[in-house]
Amino acid sequence: MLTVSGATVAFGRVKALDLIDLEVATGEIVAILGPSGCGKSTLLRAVAGLQPLDTGEVRWDGEDLSGLPVHRRDFGLMFQEHALFPHRDVAANVAFGLRMQKMEAASRRRRVRDVLALVGLAGFEERQIATLSGGEAQRVALARSLAPKPQLLMLDEPLGSLDRPRREELTEELRSLLRGIGITVLHVTHDHDEAFAVGDRVAVMQSGRIARIGTPADIWHDPHRGEVARFLGHANVVTVGEDGAVPWGRLPVPAGPAVVRADAFSRVDDSVPGDDPVVTGTVADVRFRGDRFELRLRTDPGDFELLVRDPHPAATGDRLSYTIDPAKMAGLSS
Amino acid sequence: MDHTPSRIPANTGAPRRSVCLGRRAVAVAAVALTVIAAACSGDRSGRSEDLTGTTVTLLTHDSFYLSPETFEAFTLQTGIEVEQLASGDAGALVAQACLTAGEPLGDVLFGIDNTFLQRGLDCGMFEPHESPGLAAVPDHFELDAEHRVTPVDFGDVCLNYWVDAFGDPLPPPSSLDDLIDPAYADMLVVQSPETSSPGLAFLLATIARYGDGWEDYWTALRDNGVSVTAGWEDAYYGEFTAGGGDRPIVVSYASSPPAEVIYADPPVEEPPTGVVTASCYRQIEFAGVLAGAGNPGGARALIDFMLTETFQNDVPLNMFVFPVIDSATLPPEFVAHAQIAEDPFMLDPAEVEAQRNGWTDRWVEIVLR
Amino acid sequence: MRRLARAVILVLPALAVGGFMALFFVWPIGGVIARGLGGSGPAAVLGDVLGSESHRSVIWFTVWQAAVSTALTVAVALPAAGAMARLQFRGQRIVRALSTVPFVLPTVVVAAAFEGLFDRFNLSGGGALTLRHTVWAILLAHVFFNYAVVLRTVGAHWSALDARVEDQARVLGASRLKVFRRVVLPRLAPSIAAASAIVFLFSFTSFGVVLVLGGPTRATIETEIYRYAVTRIDLETAAALAVVQLVAVVALVVVSNALERRRAVAEPAASFANAPRRRGLGLVVNLALMAAILGLPIAVLVERSLAAGRGGGYTLRNYNALADRVNLLPDTALAALRNSLTFAVPATSLALLVGGAATLVVIRSGRRGGRGLGRFFDVGLTLPLGTSAVTVGLGFLLVLNRGPIDIRTSVIIVPIAHAVVGIPFVVRTLVPMLRTVNPRTREAAAVLGASPRRVQREVDLRVAARGLAVGAGFAFAVSLGEFGATSFIPRRPETLTAPLALFRLLGTPGETLRGQAMALAVALMALTAVAVFVMDLWGDSRRGGF
Repeated sequence: MLTVSGATVAFGRVKALDLIDLEVATGEIVAILGPSGCGKSTLLRAVAGLQPLDTGEVRWDGEDLSGLPVHRRDFGLMFQEHALFPHRDVAANVAFGLRMQKMEAASRRRRVRDVLALVGLAGFEERQIATLSGGEAQRVALARSLAPKPQLLMLDEPLGSLDRPRREELTEELRSLLRGIGITVLHVTHDHDEAFAVGDRVAVMQSGRIARIGTPADIWHDPHRGEVARFLGHANVVTVGEDGAVPWGRLPVPAGPAVVRADAFSRVDDSVPGDDPVVTGTVADVRFRGDRFELRLRTDPGDFELLVRDPHPAATGDRLSYTIDPAKMAGLSS
Repeated sequence: MDHTPSRIPANTGAPRRSVCLGRRAVAVAAVALTVIAAACSGDRSGRSEDLTGTTVTLLTHDSFYLSPETFEAFTLQTGIEVEQLASGDAGALVAQACLTAGEPLGDVLFGIDNTFLQRGLDCGMFEPHESPGLAAVPDHFELDAEHRVTPVDFGDVCLNYWVDAFGDPLPPPSSLDDLIDPAYADMLVVQSPETSSPGLAFLLATIARYGDGWEDYWTALRDNGVSVTAGWEDAYYGEFTAGGGDRPIVVSYASSPPAEVIYADPPVEEPPTGVVTASCYRQIEFAGVLAGAGNPGGARALIDFMLTETFQNDVPLNMFVFPVIDSATLPPEFVAHAQIAEDPFMLDPAEVEAQRNGWTDRWVEIVLR
Repeated sequence: MRRLARAVILVLPALAVGGFMALFFVWPIGGVIARGLGGSGPAAVLGDVLGSESHRSVIWFTVWQAAVSTALTVAVALPAAGAMARLQFRGQRIVRALSTVPFVLPTVVVAAAFEGLFDRFNLSGGGALTLRHTVWAILLAHVFFNYAVVLRTVGAHWSALDARVEDQARVLGASRLKVFRRVVLPRLAPSIAAASAIVFLFSFTSFGVVLVLGGPTRATIETEIYRYAVTRIDLETAAALAVVQLVAVVALVVVSNALERRRAVAEPAASFANAPRRRGLGLVVNLALMAAILGLPIAVLVERSLAAGRGGGYTLRNYNALADRVNLLPDTALAALRNSLTFAVPATSLALLVGGAATLVVIRSGRRGGRGLGRFFDVGLTLPLGTSAVTVGLGFLLVLNRGPIDIRTSVIIVPIAHAVVGIPFVVRTLVPMLRTVNPRTREAAAVLGASPRRVQREVDLRVAARGLAVGAGFAFAVSLGEFGATSFIPRRPETLTAPLALFRLLGTPGETLRGQAMALAVALMALTAVAVFVMDLWGDSRRGGF
């Protein structure tokens, strides 16, 4: 089990890590999600021992790692741009960690072959690094990290350099591969789809702090904080006043910021009365999203713009009313 | 030892300024003489020599420098412009001139001294020219009977000593003999004759003094702790007391004490160094018309000009050497602080040329191996 | 049409560079050798030289002291190059610029500084350890002079490498030492080979250091060539030694180039700022070592330039005196500095122009056929570094009056001679850097619609900017400090350069002259440091961004 407590790293006046506490259970995959510059890469470097901490500590199974140099931690780390050894072939790259472990040649060759097969690159041993495609390089980097069977594997934007379709395909592949091995993983990404797809738990990092940590569902439904909600792509963050007052009426949530998910809206016929809170407004913009429409709705009272997902078509200028599912809204801590 | 400074006879302390008046007159006379000389020698091409507007190129070594006014005076008098080209030290200058003999880079070469003279004569780089100005030059400065070269200045290479290091009980050395006296052990620094011009001159001084016994003398010097450096700077500023070193005797020049006064910081009345006049080797610098010169007439005029007072008076303070003509005026610092050896050592240039490599090889074996 | 355009792109610079080098290097050197060996026949003269015990020992000493100097310089400067490339700290650029100042210092001045240090630390003899007039003094001085070559050439390359590759190796279980040996060193091999070749050649042809610091008993091929050509006017022996020197230099350059090429592996240049790293003991140790090797001798010079003669105390008088004319010089020392600058600017431009064109030929011919041409250039352009100034100087005199005009005495010869020495620096810093540009980066740019020339400009130039700055800095410093060839070229007195003025000032006794010489040396260093600093700024600003 990995335990990070009170970890702080400052570069000049900027705090890259600000009192980070994090626990990762053995066999668990935790995705660290955050915008670039939030300190997530620094966190990986700190856990790996590449970045000394100003304060705080990193423990593995309760043992303080501060005195343990990088190369003795038995962790794996894979970088965004793969950082393959350009002067060695694929086999030598993958075998590097094994050589460091002084594994004898025959078992080394076997392990290289197995790991390459595992990542779908059987027979790539003698390829030169410069001849690999982006996806192949990514797999070689993964194989190289997995080969020494690290206790903890850290992936820093492993799919960051790939294009969108390749990325979605490989996210899936990566998840089943990691689950299959049952390895403990810290996976850093700026893409919430990737984080939610891969992580058992997701930690959202902002400005050197962990703003929210939980299962993907927990976080999606209840982001706790406005910044987290916005980062996850929640468009409708409103400030709720006393008695649930919002610009267009009232919501049954406590005072403070709150998020209303775009799928919380159901279109109603004006003629049918109901108990659910209702919002009425004018459609400012419509986008077709394949299985649904996304509308920008300007509320009648308050002139507030809401993002609404609606399975039914609409046109700009239409006046529409919606009910809001209370289960799909949540108060946020300020 | 005789401590009275020997002086050039003509140099009786006449103020420099008054000489300036005389300069031009003498120079004009010199030019007139040149023209006469040229006329007398008969111009081979048959044309009359009108050199006005021509340019004469003077090849020199890097240490050559004179006041611009001096060359302006020449141009004023002759209508000939002087273009100077300097390169390397005296050795490099001669090497270059030998290599380009017949296709010279200029018209006049200045700066070949008696240690290299024979080589320059042998490779045929000069054309004879007997300057009328030679009348004013003591005979002993003239080393080439065919007048391929003309003596222009001289500077003696002498032992210098740090005055404060001597006195009671040990007086400064007064001769070459003193240097092998154990009382002067570990005090002397010299330059290697293989890489340094004063170093070679000092070796020649010892050969002139001891003849075949020079090898024994150097063996004794070595046993008495002589130190050897590659160049003058390293000896004077590295090991000699003047530069903070711990050796109070060095091979340098007779003009070094006046330089120590002129460029003292803070100013001093008396030089901190003295010269052992009985150790001096005379180096005479010559100029000659280069064979194949594009402007031989201008070249001859320039050489004649070099023997005028205008030129000769300008020599000491710019190059720290002494004028060769009797009528030249020495600057007061030279009058007060320079000591000219009355009977300096000198070897025949032909002998130097023939023996030099053998001598230096032998010297290296004795002193450095 | 395309083929023709390509041929033109390759052939034009090749012709230009080839013509320049043929005219200003091959022909003069050939002329000296032909003249020297013409009389008795080359075989006989070479046989005599190689057969002589003393010449053989000189050749051997030259080779081994250069090899040891190179190894020492690399060993001492490599960690510093790493520190400069991998760590960020305040004043880094200043340190980098300052490291080049030894380049412009005349050996006599440096020797004086070293001897001053030896005296101060009781190493002149009599103490427990003697450095004065030992091989160690020579080696130490060579490290002093060449430190910047390794620091800057390797440092520029190093900082262009992705640091995360090293982190990756660390995480995979490699200790720091192993990371350095297995991951850093192999990738740096091209620039280390290039820098070593330069250091070796400089040490191989070292003149003043050997004579002054090594003492009169030491001799290298270079000092022997001077002795035979100038002191003895034995052109035969001098030419034979020049041939030996040339052969040794060619052999070395061929080997080092092969090494450089074999090891060059394309990798993406770090297009991002490498993550800031903790500055630790390593940096302190490196800076301390740098201060000891480079700083102490320089500090001695600065101290002497401020010393108020024999009276004691400190003053700025020596600096004020730079603007006054002394009798010995045709102009003020300040004017000499200005002259040096007016030679250095065209010399640097010329070196960049010819060196840049040569780099194109070397790099391009490696990609398409014509490999032989590239190699020939690669080797040929490095030779001037390993050729004695005397040979070049005499060669100019021998041959350069054959054309329509006699340019032997033209003032343009000076910057040309300086450029000939500066070109190898430009080529040697650029080629290894450009060789490591990932072809895919180029392809990517091409796919994005960039024309080949545009690719050249966008990709190669950006990567090259740092290398260009480094090469230009060296070319500039070499020109400012050049003495040997300059002194050998017949010049008008008004074109006196600062190093020549310095020698003149030091050649006559007198405390004010000496003080002024020291002030001039410090001014020369300051000028170099500022110029190099500005060039570095430019190089850094052009870096990255693709």
